[in-house]
Amino acid sequence: MVAVTAINDVCEQVAAATTIAPVGARTHWEVGGPPPSGADVVHVTAPDGVVTYDPADLTVTVGAGTTCAELADILGAAGQECALDPRDPAATIGGVLATGLSGHRRLRLGPLRDRVLEVRFVSADGRVVKAGGPTVKNVSGFDLPRLLGGSLGTIGVIVQVTLRCQPRPITSEWFTTDADPFAARRSLYRPSCIAWDGSATHVLLEGVAADVDAERARLDAPAARSARPEWPGGPHRARISVRPSTLRALAPDLDAARVRWLAEVGVGTVHIAADDERALAQARAAATGVGGWMLREAGAPGLDGFGIAAPNALLAERVRAAFDPTGKCSPGRLPRP
Amino acid sequence: MTIDDTRALLTDLQSVLGPDGARAEPLELALYARDAGVARGRAAVVCFPRSGDDVANAVRVAARHDRPFVTRGSGTGLAGGATPVDEPVVIVTTRLNRVLEVDPDERLAWVEPGVLNLDLSREVAHLGLHYAPDPSSQAACTIGGNVATNAGGPHCLASGVTATHVLALDVVLADGSIAHLGGLEPDQPGFDLRGCFVGSEGTMGIATRIAVRLTPDPPVVRTLLLDFTSIEDAAATVSGIIAAGIVPAALEMMDAEITRAVEDYVGAGYPRDAAAVLLVEVDGLAGGVAHQVDAISRVGREHGARTVRVAADEAERALLWKGRKSAFGAIARIAPDYYLHDAVVPRTKLVDVLRQVYAIAAEQRLTMMNVFHAGDGNLHPLIVFDAREPGVWERVHRAGDEILAACVAAGGVLSGEHGIGLEKREAMPLIFSADDLDAQARLRDAFDPSGRANPQKILPRGSRCGELQRVPDGAWI
Repeated sequence: MVAVTAINDVCEQVAAATTIAPVGARTHWEVGGPPPSGADVVHVTAPDGVVTYDPADLTVTVGAGTTCAELADILGAAGQECALDPRDPAATIGGVLATGLSGHRRLRLGPLRDRVLEVRFVSADGRVVKAGGPTVKNVSGFDLPRLLGGSLGTIGVIVQVTLRCQPRPITSEWFTTDADPFAARRSLYRPSCIAWDGSATHVLLEGVAADVDAERARLDAPAARSARPEWPGGPHRARISVRPSTLRALAPDLDAARVRWLAEVGVGTVHIAADDERALAQARAAATGVGGWMLREAGAPGLDGFGIAAPNALLAERVRAAFDPTGKCSPGRLPRP
Repeated sequence: MTIDDTRALLTDLQSVLGPDGARAEPLELALYARDAGVARGRAAVVCFPRSGDDVANAVRVAARHDRPFVTRGSGTGLAGGATPVDEPVVIVTTRLNRVLEVDPDERLAWVEPGVLNLDLSREVAHLGLHYAPDPSSQAACTIGGNVATNAGGPHCLASGVTATHVLALDVVLADGSIAHLGGLEPDQPGFDLRGCFVGSEGTMGIATRIAVRLTPDPPVVRTLLLDFTSIEDAAATVSGIIAAGIVPAALEMMDAEITRAVEDYVGAGYPRDAAAVLLVEVDGLAGGVAHQVDAISRVGREHGARTVRVAADEAERALLWKGRKSAFGAIARIAPDYYLHDAVVPRTKLVDVLRQVYAIAAEQRLTMMNVFHAGDGNLHPLIVFDAREPGVWERVHRAGDEILAACVAAGGVLSGEHGIGLEKREAMPLIFSADDLDAQARLRDAFDPSGRANPQKILPRGSRCGELQRVPDGAWI
């Protein structure tokens, strides 16, 4: 249970500090711009635990410091899930929301932001602000939860979140195949993920067993049940964001950059890892070449977090300054104007 | 605002839009004085731009004259979001009605804001695609208006409201500058300004081009009609379906009054003696659909469903939906006026809140009907009345206030899909603290520091310090 006093503690900490950095499990600590450093930086932690969960409502409210693994256990006991799908389940809900990184089932389930219903955050001046509402449908007022998603701690400290849940699929299976991933995207009805590394195609099918079998049979090559594919790992990691139709053209350039990569076909996200920071820089150039961009996720200290300027820089800066006039909340983490 | 000021404004607008593009005749001013809601206002000039450049030019003229502007699509909004307040320039988007590009491979379309919702689905039907949000007004409402209100519809239960289907927007901000929000890549660096804009009811600027996601048509669709002898049983079935791990494509409820009215009107085959009917649609792959049809039928029978009818073919399915979508036509036969409410409660509170809603109507001696998106707890109590009856408006308004209060007390929110507009802005403090509203005002003002984009909408008076606002005639606040 999230104690009110814990949120009040956050308010006092934030109000008193000159610079703050919300911190969760540090699994996303290096995403985007570098976190602020220096003697005056106060690291603020959100409370954890379930506030309310009624499975019949298909919504759950948790302290933002709750880890995704804990949430999965709680929802799983009722046959439900919330498809946050972070790479590391030790990530906190607040951390996942603040970085805004969507999980691997985005193709079917949509981006992370669509699962967030209500957010409570502590503002730069130490007040608790409720944004959004707890029901699955709500157009009452401005959509502040969408502003908070991906804001990297610059709007305030996310302390409590209400999320949309869903029934867990009866069957959830990965298949590995030589089938063309782009043809698979066209022929399959709402697959959960089509991951492609340039040679093998990995398809995640979810639903009742008969549908999973029937869909698998639609692939233009044999498909063997397999474990979930390994996401590229290494000291330097990033994700590329491009229009999905450019993935085929991008692939040879990624190979030439000598990075390990796995693309989400139909989405346009490519997960990148390398042992050498320079390879990441070359992958970024390839992404830019097809009109996309690359976000640094971990390592690569010599690389800019985003590699491109903030779109709508004036407007974005007005928004940021409206919530944090003194620039105390996670300075340096947003893209540069 | 003097007559000379308005004449100068009209002249400048006509110089950029042509004589046909900006008008201030009594006919236009009367036509555009309100939307489909109750509140009435008054425009200074009404503009009909034909391009995004026209929109930007009109906004710049308004800025030069320090006039507010109100954007309007088809005017089907029910919350007064398009009601002109403070004698604004009304910018009508209905001539911006081109589908600019359809990309079947990436499953998206670029449209102008005045494209009608249903026209887009028709245009892409041959590709096996559709535009998922389907508000009841979908034959008349524009996609730009859908973006402004973050519109929903029956099929948003599984597929999500407008915000989940908007990828990118070209927007004219209040100072006449252009912003490109969102994008066709899965993520953009920095804030999700696209997400902030959707649902902002015209207070952040005007979308001139919109990229929307298109959804593949499901291979199998089944539509069920379940009928009940008590509304409690029907509501309990809704909770039971969700609790059984099923999120149907649509899950609509109609009570006894509206079921009879609809049946008399279109003959959809609804049982006239039912206390409530549920219209349930499931779609997807064959196996999952069969599984869901079985489970829904079982849950319905466990909760006392008298009959469970599965539409045998597309014609029967269309007829069942025709009943649901004709609800508002049907009520015209009962009384000349109606007031349609919109609020959301947690799904587990449906039975409780419905009971209270009926009690409120009985106490105010009003005829009440309920036809609503039960699956997501989105209530639409509909009060039908004859406005010529003395004192009836007071009772209608009192009932509305009490219904909202009951929904909020049950943990609900003020609006599920109509928006706040003028209608509910003074109710905002029921669910938001002063600090919450201050944060919303900061976001709104960051987009439009001048406050000229659709002034006085959404946020109640006093959301910021030192506000003075005039209340438009007829506004129910």
